[in-house]
Amino acid sequence: MSAVENESGRGSARAVAIASAIGRFLVIAVTTYLGLLAVTFFIGRVIPIDPVLAVLGDRAPANVVERTRREMGLDLPLIEQFYIYVKNALSGDFGTSVLTTNPVMTDIRRAFPATIELATLGTLIGSFIGVPLGVLAAVRRGSIIDQIVRIIGLIGYSVPIFWLGLLALVLFYAKLQWVAFPARLDVVYEYTFTPITGFYLLDSAMQGQWDVFWDAYRHIVLPASLLGYFSLAYISRMTRSFMLNELAQEYIVAARAKGLSERRIIWAHALRNAAVPMVTVIALSYANLLEGSVLTETVFSWPGIGLYITNSLQNADMNAVLGGTIAIGSVFIGINLLSDLLYRVLDPRTKAG
Amino acid sequence: MMMEKFALRSRALLAGAAVSALLIGAAPAFAVTPADTLVEGFAIDDIISMDPGEAFELSTAEVTGNTYDLLVRLDLGDTSKVKPDLAESWTVSDDGLTYTFKLKPGLKFASGNPITAADVAYSFERAVKLDKSPAFIIDQFGISGDNVAEKAKAIDDTTFQFTVDKAYAPSFVLNCLSATVASIVDAKLVKEHVAAVTPSADYKWDNDFGNAWLKTGYAGSGAYKLREWRANEAVVMERNDNYHGEKAKLARVIYRNMKESSAQRLALEAGDIDVARNLEPNDLDAIAKNDKLTTTSAPKGTVYYISLNQKNPNLAEPEVRQAFKYLVDYDALSSTILKGIGEIHQSFLPKGDLGAIDTNPFKLDVAKAKELLAKAGLADGFSVTMDVRTGQPTTGMAESIQQTLGQAGIKLEIIPGDGKQTLTKYRARNHDIYIGNWGQDYFDPNSNAQTFASNPDNSDAGKSHTLAWRNSWDIPDLTKETEAALLEKDTGKRADMYKDLQQKILDTSPFVIIHQQLEVAGLRKNLKGFALGPSFDTNFVGPVSKE
Repeated sequence: MSAVENESGRGSARAVAIASAIGRFLVIAVTTYLGLLAVTFFIGRVIPIDPVLAVLGDRAPANVVERTRREMGLDLPLIEQFYIYVKNALSGDFGTSVLTTNPVMTDIRRAFPATIELATLGTLIGSFIGVPLGVLAAVRRGSIIDQIVRIIGLIGYSVPIFWLGLLALVLFYAKLQWVAFPARLDVVYEYTFTPITGFYLLDSAMQGQWDVFWDAYRHIVLPASLLGYFSLAYISRMTRSFMLNELAQEYIVAARAKGLSERRIIWAHALRNAAVPMVTVIALSYANLLEGSVLTETVFSWPGIGLYITNSLQNADMNAVLGGTIAIGSVFIGINLLSDLLYRVLDPRTKAG
Repeated sequence: MMMEKFALRSRALLAGAAVSALLIGAAPAFAVTPADTLVEGFAIDDIISMDPGEAFELSTAEVTGNTYDLLVRLDLGDTSKVKPDLAESWTVSDDGLTYTFKLKPGLKFASGNPITAADVAYSFERAVKLDKSPAFIIDQFGISGDNVAEKAKAIDDTTFQFTVDKAYAPSFVLNCLSATVASIVDAKLVKEHVAAVTPSADYKWDNDFGNAWLKTGYAGSGAYKLREWRANEAVVMERNDNYHGEKAKLARVIYRNMKESSAQRLALEAGDIDVARNLEPNDLDAIAKNDKLTTTSAPKGTVYYISLNQKNPNLAEPEVRQAFKYLVDYDALSSTILKGIGEIHQSFLPKGDLGAIDTNPFKLDVAKAKELLAKAGLADGFSVTMDVRTGQPTTGMAESIQQTLGQAGIKLEIIPGDGKQTLTKYRARNHDIYIGNWGQDYFDPNSNAQTFASNPDNSDAGKSHTLAWRNSWDIPDLTKETEAALLEKDTGKRADMYKDLQQKILDTSPFVIIHQQLEVAGLRKNLKGFALGPSFDTNFVGPVSKE
């Protein structure tokens, strides 16, 4: 009850606190960006791959190679190259991708929605199954259910995702034909459907094209379930340990003594408190998926950001790698900020503070 | 308490059941591709441009071959010759310098514009002036941006004249004109899309000849027209009803980017693609055994080899070079790692080239190799490294060679690396041994002869980075012989000169040539007329139909 009084009494102080938190965060974000840029840039320049080779291939004659090297500015000193890059980046120009010949940001705007769609679905699946499983395991600690949840988690941690992905493809796609083949849409729809946002499920629903929606669903369900399973493994383990921690607290004993139902104690009290650190766990797991699960994207021919950056890196397409890194960095920083704010909203103590 | 627990459990179970039902409850749907569309699963992530004046990648060659026409085309019946495409006939002047082509009457581009000799001249002009990777195929006839207007010109609407600087073998000139860089573009259409450029020391012209637009655009007259290329995703082609030859049977061809062999196989088995193009031996095997599917293959102009850097004093010994050729277990490789994807082939000209010889004199012979090593004073063997691109078949080949070299006391250390990384090292001549492949640039024996048997300047500053140069193999006599073969007008004699060069390379070179690549494809049995060609730009899909 006191929390409410405090909130109204110290409203302005709280706004100041939040503003300064955001300010601090911005400073950290800018330094992180610059560091990220510098490290990626210099790693990109010291890898033993000639970027000109990436543009021209092995068969280009020597004069073309030399000219291209000059055109790409690779004959300038490293520090000057970096300066030019940062200058252009600040004005929103991240250069052109060698591999796709598009401006890097155009590519990322294409690739990112594919990854976000997959990661969001994966995280939803992971949370909606992982949290209850974790709670169950904590409540029935040591029981057979706890063991099963542990094994599910263990498999999720230790089995390579590409292997499980292929296995799932063989079973659900090749044998049972329950899901559609690796891609975002069937060939038939791919060229009759115009995406708006790049989230195919959303786009098709917005346009009322329910056959496309169904098709997109049949393509995304398997990779999303797979990602969901891997985040489930992590989320259920973390939920279990947070719950065990809460269930050992004195307020639980007090609640039991008061005669509250077990269900209410677990779901309304213990989970409520465990939810605060859970937000960070889920946000981190989401951010991880957003980095683009390279292996999942490869196995499922999913044209997302992970596949894009890996492809670019292997071909020394540094503009694309840098642009992609910045995009992912932004999302990571953004999610951290968001989970920080959520933390403040959920945790009653920070309201008082 | 009991009830609570029960409720808890049943609620969780119910939720779980609901979610799994939602996840996998999709009704079985047996996939089939549309009847008028050919869908191929193909690793097309090497495509960087669709402009025929710029593109030099293998998957682009296939698209260009299907969407653009040439003056002359490789004769698939006899690949040492060319046959008419847009040109109806041609003559070579007595001095061997002037080639005059007469175009077929009534030709049209996909856009509806008529095809004239002016379009041909513009196509040559832009390819030479853009000076991208494949431009040297035309430049090597003494043509540059400054003289192309004079050397490649339209005499009238249907007559095109091409002038070269030396009396080259006509087979050489014509073979080069069958390369994709000599594709004919729709000049009127391209000129609507040129972008202005500020001339510089590197680029003297005031416009880009439509290069920016043609990277993704299309201005050709082939059996199919390019509708769309989306990098790393798909290439879509549609039938060109203005095509001058036999019209394509299917309305549409879609290449979908799929990198993984096993994923391609699954999609083929399920019927979501009609053709799988990047299959590894185990997946190929499984497809061959499936009664709904079949496989096809064709030898391509790519040879796999290991090469010994002559900067390494041990490897520079002539006996050591020969010893290596006896230390590869060709038979074992051919029955395992290369099964279905390669044919043992030890000379540098791929089968199908003019003058190619098909004798494979070397076999694994450790005793003979030891004898040779002893002659070189290396009876106890030595240690050496090999740069190997990760992935197959190179890794498997390298491991097999490592083992057979060991039998003769040579200790081989394998340095694995990403493809571009090993290549960077190779091109800088910093390797001991390199394992790689070489695909010919155009369908003429000179392409491979020039790289394996010529090295005009072996210094580090040498401008011509042939494979002989990359391995510091200094060969003035062979270089002269290679040049001489270019000027031999008698095709029979020219073929003999290449036979001689191949024999010398077998006898003396630091190249251990192992096999010629077989390109393979898995297909659904309802496809008719699908065939892989002898080169990547002759994988024609026009004749393909479905039952």
